[in-house]
Amino acid sequence: MKTFYWLVKREFWEHRGGFFWAPIITGGVFLLLNIMGIITAEVVGARHGINFGASGGLQRVIADMDAGDLSQVGLALDVAMYSAMGLLIVVLGFVVFFYCLGALYDDRRDRSILFWKSLPISDASTVLSKVVSATVLAPIVAVITGIVVGMLQLLILAVTLSFHGVNVWQLLVQAHPFRVMFNLVGYIPLYVLWALPSVGWLLLCSAWARNKPFLWAVALPVATGLLVSWFGIMGLFDLPTTWFWKNIVQRGLFSVFPGTGSVFGHNGNIAHSVAGNPGMDFMDLGNTYQLLASANLWIGVVVGLGLLAGAVWFRRWRDDS
Amino acid sequence: MSAVITASGLTKRYKSALALDNASFRIEPGRIVGLIGPNGAGKTTALKAILGLTDFTGELSVLGFDPRKQRDKLMGEVCFIADVAVLPRWIKVRQAVDFVANVHPRFDRAKCEAFLARTKLQPDQRVRQMSKGMIVQLHLALVMAIDAKLLILDEPTLGLDILYRKQFYQNLLEDYFDENKTIIVTTHQVEEVEHILTDLMFIRDGKIVLDADMDAVGDRFIEVMVGADRADAARALKPLDERQVFGKSIFLFDGANRAVLEELGETRRPSISDLFVATMKGTYA
Repeated sequence: MKTFYWLVKREFWEHRGGFFWAPIITGGVFLLLNIMGIITAEVVGARHGINFGASGGLQRVIADMDAGDLSQVGLALDVAMYSAMGLLIVVLGFVVFFYCLGALYDDRRDRSILFWKSLPISDASTVLSKVVSATVLAPIVAVITGIVVGMLQLLILAVTLSFHGVNVWQLLVQAHPFRVMFNLVGYIPLYVLWALPSVGWLLLCSAWARNKPFLWAVALPVATGLLVSWFGIMGLFDLPTTWFWKNIVQRGLFSVFPGTGSVFGHNGNIAHSVAGNPGMDFMDLGNTYQLLASANLWIGVVVGLGLLAGAVWFRRWRDDS
Repeated sequence: MSAVITASGLTKRYKSALALDNASFRIEPGRIVGLIGPNGAGKTTALKAILGLTDFTGELSVLGFDPRKQRDKLMGEVCFIADVAVLPRWIKVRQAVDFVANVHPRFDRAKCEAFLARTKLQPDQRVRQMSKGMIVQLHLALVMAIDAKLLILDEPTLGLDILYRKQFYQNLLEDYFDENKTIIVTTHQVEEVEHILTDLMFIRDGKIVLDADMDAVGDRFIEVMVGADRADAARALKPLDERQVFGKSIFLFDGANRAVLEELGETRRPSISDLFVATMKGTYA
């Protein structure tokens, strides 16, 4: 267990840029863009003599709202908080994707594998430490950053509104920052399961390729997809060609992007349940965890474990040559 | 005590070539073995087989383990420095020490830090900021603090200047080696290891062509310097090799009668490099 902790720590040391600085810089840029947007809006507004809510109109609108309307405001604020996470998720997806591709390849290329292999560490725990770094460590850092950025985002919004005579605290209590945090943190285990086939495939390519793991990891499924499309092979199984693209190519490569499970994992259930209950938080764990009921998720987990076993095997026998 | 390594019928075939050809040898504890061979002779493959880094056919037991199946356990007892500069370039001195200290049960942190204190290495220095010699110092500090039974060095001083090279072997002998440890070293700088080796192995085309301890080498191989007038007499004794120096001929004999040779001229023990050149004649032809 101690060894494993240090293995993960090693990954963090090596990939501090991707795991730590990338989300922080992204969050900073996100806030900066927001502030710039607000300033621009204020300047343009002032130049055209529009002072939004200066007469206390906005405050009156809020005062006229009933409970239902106010909960909508709360939801909107929650969405503002999630929106900070949105950009981070895209960055996280890229970070995890390229981390996995290099994780078992870079040290073979620079020959430092000979140092790592001189230590009494099993290849299985090495590979597992990379899986945990990709699917747990990186998302945790991103989520914490997302939460901090989201809170700052709310604060900026509140301050801006207070310049327009809106009672900030009345609005802020409508938001559910703790629920948002809980939902974001709670999503990570689901992400681990959903990302497994992608992580497995990328790590397998990383452990197996003698050079250019990116090319192999992407070109192999895409080329197969083109062949399948060209010859209409899926027809043999009574499936449309898009089945292959959606369930093999897209699932295999892009499941490392958080949220793809919720979007593609089950057939429109989420949109449906949110539509049926407008007050419901689309990130509510009761909602997102419905993915656990889909065969797609579990087949992916099994395939992912198989691919990881392959990665361990190649890690064992591939050397620096 | 039982042997540290026993190998029999070790064979490894790459796509086109035979890297190890039915090699058999045995290494006893408390020895410093030089594994010497020309480029591409199979030295590194042999070491990789011992370390469980490559597959092979034949029997091999290292400290009682099968490197193919019990590699994780084996690496608790074996250390290796494979070539220079294989430490990851991003790592800091402090991180390297922390990491090894926490994953290696036989690592002695105080020993490592004492050794590092004698160098110019700074805790926050990264490997990429170091010279080749400093990287080797760091690697050696890590390895010497591990109480391993077997240490394998594959070209550990390649590309280092003479100060670092001398210091490397001196540290190894003074601070590390004892009768419970075994060291296997491959190098092309034969002159530098000559005086520290206890055993010598020559490898050529995947075969072990010479396997003897240094005393036996001294008894078996004799160099004799013969004047031009008696050169033909020496040639008749079928020397291994002949070369000319200052109008005299130096002949290298394998297992010849010492008394007979002493009549021909001045005899001496050949250097390993001369022996190596004679043995490997025609390798690249």
